[in-house]
Amino acid sequence: MIIAIPRETAEGETRVAATPDSVKRLRDMGFSIAVEKGAGEKASFTDEAYAEAGAEIREDMQQCLAGAGVVLKVQAPSDAELALIPEGATLIAFLKPAQNAELLQKLSERNINALAIESVPRISRAQKMDALSSMANIAGYRAVIEAAHNFGRFFTGQITAAGKIPPAKVLVIGAGVAGLSAIGTAKSMGAIVRAFDTRAEVREQVESMGAEFLTVEIEEEGSGSGGYAKEMSKEFIEAEMALFREQAKDVDIVITTALIPGKPAPKLWLADMVDSMSKGSVVVDLAAEMGGNCDYTVPHEKIERSGVTIIGYTNLPSRAAAQSSRLYSTNLAHLIGELTPEKDGTINLNFDDEVIRGATVVKSGEITWPPPAPKISAQPKAASKAAEQVKVITEEKAEKRRSPLSIFIFWAVAAVLLLWLGRVAPPDFVSHFTVFVLAVFVGWQVIWNVTHALHTPLMSVTNAISGIVIVGALVQLGVTGSGLVTLLAFIGVLVASINIFGGFFVTYRMLKMFRR
Amino acid sequence: MNGMIAMAYLFSAVMFILSLGGLSSHETARRGNIYGMVGMAVAIIATISGVATGAYWMVAIAMVVGAVIGLSLARRVAMTQMPQMVALLHSFVGLAAVLIGWGGFLDPRITLHGAAHVVHSTEIYLGVFIGAITLTGSLVAFCKLQGLVSGKPLMLPARHWLNLIAILACIVLGILFVPADVHAGTVINLLLMTAIALLLGIHLVAAIGGADMPVVISMLNSYSGWAAAATGFMLGNDLLIVVGALVGSSGAILSYIMCRGMNRSFISVILGGFGSDGGEVSDEEVDGEVIAIDQQELAEELKAADSIIIVPGFGMAVAHAQQAVSDLTDRLRGMGKMVRFGIHPVAGRLPGHMNVLLAEANVPYDIVLEMDEINPDFPSTDLVLVIGANDTVNPDAVEKPGSPIAGMPVLEVWKAHRVVVLKRSMASGYAGVANPLFYKENARMLFGDAKDSLQGVLGRVSD
Repeated sequence: MIIAIPRETAEGETRVAATPDSVKRLRDMGFSIAVEKGAGEKASFTDEAYAEAGAEIREDMQQCLAGAGVVLKVQAPSDAELALIPEGATLIAFLKPAQNAELLQKLSERNINALAIESVPRISRAQKMDALSSMANIAGYRAVIEAAHNFGRFFTGQITAAGKIPPAKVLVIGAGVAGLSAIGTAKSMGAIVRAFDTRAEVREQVESMGAEFLTVEIEEEGSGSGGYAKEMSKEFIEAEMALFREQAKDVDIVITTALIPGKPAPKLWLADMVDSMSKGSVVVDLAAEMGGNCDYTVPHEKIERSGVTIIGYTNLPSRAAAQSSRLYSTNLAHLIGELTPEKDGTINLNFDDEVIRGATVVKSGEITWPPPAPKISAQPKAASKAAEQVKVITEEKAEKRRSPLSIFIFWAVAAVLLLWLGRVAPPDFVSHFTVFVLAVFVGWQVIWNVTHALHTPLMSVTNAISGIVIVGALVQLGVTGSGLVTLLAFIGVLVASINIFGGFFVTYRMLKMFRR
Repeated sequence: MNGMIAMAYLFSAVMFILSLGGLSSHETARRGNIYGMVGMAVAIIATISGVATGAYWMVAIAMVVGAVIGLSLARRVAMTQMPQMVALLHSFVGLAAVLIGWGGFLDPRITLHGAAHVVHSTEIYLGVFIGAITLTGSLVAFCKLQGLVSGKPLMLPARHWLNLIAILACIVLGILFVPADVHAGTVINLLLMTAIALLLGIHLVAAIGGADMPVVISMLNSYSGWAAAATGFMLGNDLLIVVGALVGSSGAILSYIMCRGMNRSFISVILGGFGSDGGEVSDEEVDGEVIAIDQQELAEELKAADSIIIVPGFGMAVAHAQQAVSDLTDRLRGMGKMVRFGIHPVAGRLPGHMNVLLAEANVPYDIVLEMDEINPDFPSTDLVLVIGANDTVNPDAVEKPGSPIAGMPVLEVWKAHRVVVLKRSMASGYAGVANPLFYKENARMLFGDAKDSLQGVLGRVSD
């Protein structure tokens, strides 16, 4: 099956759906790859690099798409492109199925199977195919870079001979993947970073990135399904706005990332807040494509209002084309891997697979979007059961601790046995027994001091010194007057010697190896 | 003369204690080994000079032959084969104890009566019994470790009853044997008991699986000590008694440490067959996805990490990967990264096995740490490399009270920022428990032979 990688034609789009690296991966799964001439140019991947990775370079889009079984793209195809995709082929791209009912209709009419990469369910198994997260990560990074570019000051604070440089204060609204990425980037540039999110559960993540987590005084949990936030109540939003108004007077940079799936972006950074910001401040609105979080945002544009720069670029990942293409193409390669379990170069839209089902929006001429709701992953359900069992275990431990009575009984029995032994046994035995018991205690003390690391040499050296039984064989050898005993003793001396010499030598070898 | 010999023995005993004491640190260990050799030499010379034997030539032949065999064994053995070597040496002690016991029994010079006779016979009987179990048990352990027989536990029907019957039979035979004077009947009693004890040794160890070998070997180590002590009692020789007691308690402590490392009672290990004690084995699906990476990606991860902990397991010994591990360690340390090793007490097939393997490959011992030393450091570690370890890094032991390995102390590798597991396949470990570590979000798998993988990674790190 041929995988076609056409050049992206949408305006401002610099990414490409495959890199030379991902071409290699795809070829390993049994596919042959056709890349349109110049497809990777804007992302700094040359045609030669693709050819070297084993792809076939085709002159134009028509040739590229001819005979393709799978078409990998970044943006949804234009009508002209759509007409070139062969019937029965499978298209994978950012298709925006929620906003693009018309496109889905056209795809189904042309009998093209389509997978919308942004519809891959956000479950832990599918993380490696989560292109939204990959792109959001880059968008967050790039948002800070754009902000820094348009901000007339340093991010980091310094004290120089020419005066003091105050650190920039950055507020990140929405601590999703993009928000966290922005927090990390701004923090590493030395800024003071604050973050706000309606979901209390992200507090830890925010703080782990080194930012301060802002909260409002109203108890309301903002988690919706699939890791997104849901819309909040009126009271909550009022409190939130009050918090933002207060922050607006203080911060230099605002990065908004708040999105609610399937709805226009919530307006969070209102006109009066922008007006109250100090001159030269920057607002980067990552939600511009969905209408923007900021009142003033003009999608695709950078504008200035009341001395504040408001950036509404919609395709930030395209501004880091090489990196975005790498991550996106890897996500796609993973998805193709899921579609090709046999690695035989043919894909299989297996609807029993939750991930594939979720991503597929058109199959065999039928629109299959929206998918059934995803199963919620990993809820802490067994917590109480675990607690119970812990309790049981601690109780058992308590029982194991010996009572003073049993200790007393143990020693009493031991004393009685010893006294009985002393009464019946010959005096010789008693003295040997004394030596024996004391030696056991000496051994016990000495061995506990041996470090774990030397346990193997300990075993081999004890092997060697247990060769001391040679003494027993020696005193029997040749003096008892019995041929049989002499033979036994002879063998005894022999094997004990093996132990002595072998044990000491191998210990020596081992210890020699230990060096600091 | 006797007084001098006794003093020489005392000197030897002190030397042996110092020898074991020397192993408390790496610096003194070699000196300890030399103490042991001196003690042994003194003991042998004293014994030979003390016995008016006419058979010096026999002593010389036996010792020279034994020395040649022993030295060539010790010189040739690879460090990965140390468990086998130790097991084989145990069996020799057992064999010697059996032979000496029989020799003592057949010695025509000894004529004892009354309590002295009873004590003497008991000592012979015990010496032969323990020696015989040690002999065959160690041989079976040797065969299992050498791969001559399967490492799987042998599960005879009613095996506990078989053991019980064998022990009861030995007790009955002992009661018949001990008070009786030497005649044909007692010889048969002792012969029978020897045979039963030999079979018992085979059966006991055959029922124990491969990964419980650390416990078995230390247990047999202990037995070989007790056998020597029993021989000492029989001969009235304090030196043998002291050494036997030292070795016996050494083995007992090692067994105890190993059992604690697996959170299993000594009895359950001895009875053999893991999982037979009714632990709740859950078939729950582990939620999540295994993410495989290739050598290049691991190399990148290694380059990006500042602190790295390597956790080796038996798989490293199987793949003979210790040299590759060491080379990689050198390379990474040369790049200024902090590389350390975390060793689980029961990693490998012999107590301290991993330490010896790493030492053989020239890994400095001061970066090789014990579990308790390194566990608190995992959360602040960038990358953990798990090489051929499985059950010893299973988070279920800590997180899931119902798991069969719950409560076993484990290396908490999953707390690091990233864990990369080198493994041949997804097969579960010895305990037969699925390992949720592989499904953790911060875990990655690198499949393939550990040695090849590491050599590949080393090449890519060096680029």
